[in-house]
Amino acid sequence: MYERPAFLTVGDSAVVVEYGDAIDEATNLCVRRLAAALSLRRDPGIIEIVPTYRSVMVHYDPLRVPRSQVEAIVLDAEQQLADVFLPPPRVIDIPTVYGGGYGPDLDDVAAWAGMAADEVIALHSGREYLVYMMGFMAGFPYLGGLSPRIAMPRLPSPRTKVPTGSVGIAQEQTGIYPTETPGGWRLIGWTPVRIFDASHDPPVLFEAGDYIRFVPASAEQAQAIASQIAAGAWTPTVRPRE
Amino acid sequence: MLDGGLFTTVQDLGRVRYQRFGVAVSGAMDSFAIRAANRLVGNPDTAAGLEATLLGPEVQFAQSGLIAVTGAHLGPCLDGRPIQMWRTIAVRAGSVLSFSGQRDGTRAYVAIGGGIDVPVVLGSRSTSTRTGLGGFEGRPVRAGDTLPLGEPTRETAAARRAMRASAIPSYGHQHHVRVVLGPQDDAFSDQGRSTFLTAAYTMTPQSDRIGCRFDGPRIAHRTTADIVSDGTTFGIVQVSGDGMPIVLMADRGTTGGYTKIATVISADLWRLAQAAPGDQVRFGAVDLDQACLRLREVEAVLDALVAPERARPAAPAEAIYDEDAGSELAADGCGDLADALEQTRRGRDR
Repeated sequence: MYERPAFLTVGDSAVVVEYGDAIDEATNLCVRRLAAALSLRRDPGIIEIVPTYRSVMVHYDPLRVPRSQVEAIVLDAEQQLADVFLPPPRVIDIPTVYGGGYGPDLDDVAAWAGMAADEVIALHSGREYLVYMMGFMAGFPYLGGLSPRIAMPRLPSPRTKVPTGSVGIAQEQTGIYPTETPGGWRLIGWTPVRIFDASHDPPVLFEAGDYIRFVPASAEQAQAIASQIAAGAWTPTVRPRE
Repeated sequence: MLDGGLFTTVQDLGRVRYQRFGVAVSGAMDSFAIRAANRLVGNPDTAAGLEATLLGPEVQFAQSGLIAVTGAHLGPCLDGRPIQMWRTIAVRAGSVLSFSGQRDGTRAYVAIGGGIDVPVVLGSRSTSTRTGLGGFEGRPVRAGDTLPLGEPTRETAAARRAMRASAIPSYGHQHHVRVVLGPQDDAFSDQGRSTFLTAAYTMTPQSDRIGCRFDGPRIAHRTTADIVSDGTTFGIVQVSGDGMPIVLMADRGTTGGYTKIATVISADLWRLAQAAPGDQVRFGAVDLDQACLRLREVEAVLDALVAPERARPAAPAEAIYDEDAGSELAADGCGDLADALEQTRRGRDR
């Protein structure tokens, strides 16, 4: 983490406030605090605040607020970072069917890791993953904390279609595909949970700073949840993180 | 819609405020042209219109009203007769807007008084075809679709405006695009920065609403091309390991893990939106003050479209037709269409 944040110019309508050049929880916490502080202020001319792993992009209207003032606003918000109240982190349970047709690459990951498929499942579902940021596609969480023992690299050539709800691994990342897309991650499971729903606001089940836990489920349990979701009769299990 | 054309989508100024959830902004590629079109029919800037690509659609109007066609010259015709662009045009119920072939630029915009009233999804009517979100069923329009229109207001009923001729852009095939260096210009060698700012780059057929891709001299990095993913914006120029620049456009992802050497100034984004595969682009560096000055000039042109004292009086109906365009089309219309089809084959949006 840098001693003080760096301001990077992004054309005439955005600036990046960068806290470091690596992925770590302390840096990401600063990012989320600044994003929260700036979002609360609602300064005129500040259009959108986008937090990522280690920096915050501030989009502004240069006809309403000059760059120098944007920097002043950020520095002012910076002064009060310690006072920023971040909602306490939550853990969201993601029921997941591992292996078989739901996770066609589970056996390959197990072979690569030199362990049984059940051990891969135990390792993957046995911890909580921090949502560092969202990007790539709507609702796609960048999760930190995968066990290096199952951190298998991507497929040599991506699948043309990865179904909605697929749970995958790519090196030390794990994630959930919120909508169908081409993709190269190793698919080890599937969740019926709708991560992204454009008819809701906010449209995603979690926020950056929350944690996700994958909970092994049988195909029957998952299909039952899918039916409940379709009927609008399902709510995710969410609890405060200890 | 009698015909969807090559790739016609409903767009407005984009889906802001949801990028932190990874939701792409989308919106019109050429925001200058869609804003001008909206102002010409008395709509707010944020109203949704049609963005047509190279081969325009065929649209029959169910009710009378006002329209304006701006952006690329794709040969707009009303009931078969060529019409002028960049001005308010009255259409009757049953009239058909069609396009005879591409003459200049890539993307044309059609604004309709009252706007296209598809459902607002996360604050915008823009189509994101990548995620099937917004617009008309999340996809390009096609024959048989019926697009709902908003109620015209007094303002939209009274609009009779035209862009002054000197302010109407012409696009051509050579583009000078100004950039501000950053956010990761220090990841490139002096040689790399100088290559980027002096060489000519040729736009490739893989260009689409997500990004404009180029072929040309390799831009040398000082460090690695990969960084920890951070935010993107419209016009940011990323350079991956192959040393070729990609300018991220309306449908870009919200984050990216490649070094970004520079960002196109807001006032010049339309130049890339209207460029076609095979066109030559040169990038030139300006500072933030100049970028803002240019943006103010663009805004002044748009503001002139709504200032009542500068609005032209209502034109007689026949003045909307572009007789020059008609004779030219008669002379070489087939060539234009063949050219558009050729470009279409090479550069279709995905």
